[in-house]
Amino acid sequence: MWDYTPIVRDHFLNPRNVGDIPDADAVGEVGSLACGDALKLYIKLDENKDKIVDAKFQTFGCASAIASSSALTEMVKGKNLDEALAISNQDIADFLGGLPEEKMHCSVMGQEALEVAIFKYRGLDIPEHDSEHDHGHAYPDHEGEVVCKCFGITDTFLKKVIETNRLTTAEQVTHFTKAGGACGGCIPKIQELIAQVLGSEDLQPRKRPEKLSNMKKMQLIQEVLERDIRPLLWADGGDLELIDIDGSNVQVAFRKACAGCASSGNTARMVEAKLRDLVAEDIVVEEVSQ
Amino acid sequence: MKEIYLDNNATTKVDEAVFEEMRPYFCELYGNPSSMHFFGGQVQGKTAEARSRVAALLGASPEEIIFTACGTESDNAAIRSALEVFPERRHIITSRVEHPAVLTQCRNLSQKGYRVTEIGVDGAGRLDMDELKAAVDSDTAIVSLMWANNETGVIFPVEEAAAIAKAKGALFHSDAVQAIGKIPINMAASSIDMLSLSGHKLHAPKGIGVLYLRRGTPFRPFMVGGHQEKSRRAGTENAAAIIALGKACELAGQHMHAENTVVKAQRDRLQDALMAAIPNARINGGGAERLPNTTSIAFEYVEGEAILLLLSEMGICASSGSACTSGSLEPSHVLRAMGVPFTCAHGSIRFSLSRYTTDAEIDTVIREMPPIIARLRQMSPFGREHLKGK
Repeated sequence: MWDYTPIVRDHFLNPRNVGDIPDADAVGEVGSLACGDALKLYIKLDENKDKIVDAKFQTFGCASAIASSSALTEMVKGKNLDEALAISNQDIADFLGGLPEEKMHCSVMGQEALEVAIFKYRGLDIPEHDSEHDHGHAYPDHEGEVVCKCFGITDTFLKKVIETNRLTTAEQVTHFTKAGGACGGCIPKIQELIAQVLGSEDLQPRKRPEKLSNMKKMQLIQEVLERDIRPLLWADGGDLELIDIDGSNVQVAFRKACAGCASSGNTARMVEAKLRDLVAEDIVVEEVSQ
Repeated sequence: MKEIYLDNNATTKVDEAVFEEMRPYFCELYGNPSSMHFFGGQVQGKTAEARSRVAALLGASPEEIIFTACGTESDNAAIRSALEVFPERRHIITSRVEHPAVLTQCRNLSQKGYRVTEIGVDGAGRLDMDELKAAVDSDTAIVSLMWANNETGVIFPVEEAAAIAKAKGALFHSDAVQAIGKIPINMAASSIDMLSLSGHKLHAPKGIGVLYLRRGTPFRPFMVGGHQEKSRRAGTENAAAIIALGKACELAGQHMHAENTVVKAQRDRLQDALMAAIPNARINGGGAERLPNTTSIAFEYVEGEAILLLLSEMGICASSGSACTSGSLEPSHVLRAMGVPFTCAHGSIRFSLSRYTTDAEIDTVIREMPPIIARLRQMSPFGREHLKGK
């Protein structure tokens, strides 16, 4: 059984605002039958087209998807559009007293539908969403490159969710967005995105040193491997071992789930990118079998 | 709230007579059946009786019964043994709809250099026998196919499949945990080499299983370090559970007729009534031969976890092949292998009955289920559009 809070239970068993608004000002639709959950959100504004006076929803999905939709409609009422846009998926989860991490993607779906509705109302371009056959997300900023082909999720969207929710593992990203949850082929790419997002945050306080002695370089490499890289691999059941450092040449061996994994090449590149970011630009990571 | 338990393919109630049979073997008759003294000896007498009772249900000889900890252990032991006794054979055949106890192991072995063929099924869940015939060759060490599917209840023609495997010199194993106790099995008239049984699926406790090993079949033990089970499975015997399983098998034999008449009639009445009352539904594997106690029904435009939790509010316990209940994000591998349409793959519910199921319980489910589906469809953006005018 899922460990749902009493608030989630209540919103699932007694959902607020189910239905449609025939003369809605804004409608946002995300998800699809094939994906296993979908939400259609209707918003009605007041005479001045300023405040949200009514919101209704229709949801296909599990208990937490229904509860998140219900919570969202309660949260947006009385807010103006900018205030509504400021609602994050975490706010939806908080309203419900928390969601199991595996179910966080339900709160993301709610936030997304809200954003789609408001963007469409404001005349921003949104790709048409075919509810039956298209796995694709209707996320407004659809520009990015599709990372998860199974669920049609782009890097732009993933980076946004990683940043907003401060996610550090691929497993968390799957729980929040579903990306990587089917065939798993995009998990190395998700790890790279995490590294990019975390890296860009970390760069301010943790600057790459200008000049390093060999001794200092070796120390720093070990530190970054321990602190920044191995935890990422552990989260996916993998690990690595530092075999040797020769100048800027770093030899590592992948262990556990990473050992013999077809995508360990990508993982090695992720490790290299991270070390180049945080230690020295000329670092070369070599995978050895030992 | 009194539960209506229709999830017997997940686990079953321990029969009270089974519990009474095992009860003395904890605090009073706790001796080790391997001991030389009288105190262990009287336990040994009871475990020997249990072995005979299990063998009788399977139409086997007592020495062909190896007690294990669970069905999963039996599956693991069977497949690993076959690979060890035929080191020159590097090919394993299984099906796409196996239980993870078999499928995960095969997929792990494929990473270690073994060739693994997963035979497909048709829309009704029936095994593709032509694909099987074409796949078996002189490199095949073992063919492992389930007797009956846990999600749909679809029965595979395992005897026919075993003959195909044996013709090429491969061993044949069947994961029969869902079949044993529900349909008659007679190993005396079979060519199957190995068979897995799980106690808790037939009203014995959890933590006890059996690997049936046909006399003369080459075998390498999975667990080593003791002479128990004629050195085929080391580790102190779980005597109380073994004794319980013996009783459970005896009772299963006595209830076999009722399982295939009374329970089957209840199952049929349940699925017929639900299909009549609820539009846009289909029975997964409905066109195939199935276990008498199982029905899996797919409801379009609704999601399984939501159905299960609303049923649970009514005290009704069922299961689903839905992604959302398992924490994964795709519908079950069984439903996907069957090509269940995406409109209902997420909304499948499995009801699995037992000899404890009552007519009144079936009536309750028939009454409660249609409004639950209607309520969720009313909430669904797809249900409304697609069901309009139907």
